[in-house]
Parts: sequence; structure tokens; C-alpha cells
Amino acid sequence: MVHIKRLQEEGIDIIAVVGEIDASSSIELDLAIAKSVGEGYKRIIIDCHAMEYISSAGLGVFMSYIEEFKDKGILMVLFGMKEKVINTFSILGLAELLHIRNNKEEAKQLINGLSI
Amino acid sequence: MDYQYNIGCSLTNLKGIRDFIRESLREQGITEIAASEIVLALDEMCSNLMIHGHHCDPSHILELHIRIPQEHTFVFEIVDESNVFDINQFAEPALGNLVNEKRKGGLGIRLVKSIMDNIEYVHDGGKTTCRLTKIISD
Repeated sequence: MVHIKRLQEEGIDIIAVVGEIDASSSIELDLAIAKSVGEGYKRIIIDCHAMEYISSAGLGVFMSYIEEFKDKGILMVLFGMKEKVINTFSILGLAELLHIRNNKEEAKQLINGLSI
Repeated sequence: MDYQYNIGCSLTNLKGIRDFIRESLREQGITEIAASEIVLALDEMCSNLMIHGHHCDPSHILELHIRIPQEHTFVFEIVDESNVFDINQFAEPALGNLVNEKRKGGLGIRLVKSIMDNIEYVHDGGKTTCRLTKIISD
């Protein structure tokens, strides 16, 4: 069960993921990111502080946007992951392919720095 | 010690599987990080079976067992009546290729193989047992 909340700050779309993302709920994460892209956001931050679990289905959602975001000049930064969650990204080497920061301030700093 | 849990093949039941494994491992004093990796591997195996072996038909049952045959050795078994492929025979595509092809799938088996120490299949009387072994040292 996952809840996805979106809010906007300083032109950045912030997508908060609350709960567990697995094969039954990864579609909700996918739809939220697709909606953000569809609305034209070029800076997207994923708030993971209340994400309790992610399976390969959720990792696959993030992975599938890496190339598209490069092509479209969209920046995405994730922040606030619990140790057990970031460990899942690290097992596959995905942590090196995504921008991940500890907290929202660092995520904003990075996304604003990258977009200069 | 033998923990058992039977569940219908609906993806909405994956949370129940995760909770069962977490609780069983907590009782055994396994750390949260070690347990979370095992939960992940079992979630991947069960979701694969539900989707590819049972077309998410909730009347089809997966039977899960957790046994600890000796100290530090944890054996997880998933018993069902499907005949899905042996993941040992599956060659995972390179991560770079998955990214380039904008694919969402292809990561689950890689995760399971990274986490578990041994994966084997036993076929007996129309049933298939997928046995995953994890050595957890202190």
C-alpha cells in the first residue's frame, strides 16, 4: 500500500512516497512521475523519508526514466531514504545512476546547482 | 523451527508475505537490514510466481516455509504447482542495457541472486519447491 503526494516549491515538483512500493503499487509511482513530466516540470524531487520498502518493480520505475530525463533535460533527485531502502538501490548499483541526497535542503541545492 | 504461511496468488497479498517473513526473522533476532534483504528476495520470487506461474489467480496457493536446519543457515521454501523457469538458467541483462532500453523489468532476478547464497528447485508429485538458502553470520 502506498500513498503518493505531490506539492510544488519554487518551481520544483516534489513527489512524496509514503508506504511500500511493490509489484502491486509501483504503477502509482510511475503515474505520479509521468504526470509531473506531462505537466512540464523539469525539476523533480522524490521525498522518500516515509518510504518503508521498495521492490524491483519500484526500482524499475526510477530506472526507466533515467534515459528519458537525460534526453528531455529533466533533473530528478531522491532524498531521505532509510538505510534499508537505500540498501536495495545499492545492491543493484542503481544508487550510482541516480541522484540521491540525505535531506530536502541538499536535494534542492543539488537540483538548483545542476540546473544552472 | 518451521514457520509456514499459505497465501493466494494476488499481488495485493505480497504485503502479507513480507510481514510474515519480517516477523519470523525478528523472532530469530535477525537485524532489520539483513531481514529487509531477505524480505525483498522472497517478495521478488513470489511476485514472479504469481504473475508468470499463476496469472495472479487468487485461488492458486503458494506455500511458504522458513526452516533453520543449523545455526546461521536459513532456508526459505516456496511450494506451488506451477512449472516456471529456473532462475539459475536465466542470464540477467547488463544494468546499462536495461537503462538504455528504458525498461522497468529485469531487476528482480538480479536482486534475488545477489541476496541469496543458494537457489535450487525440487520437483516432486506435481509440486515444485523453490528452495532459497541464506547464511546469516553474527
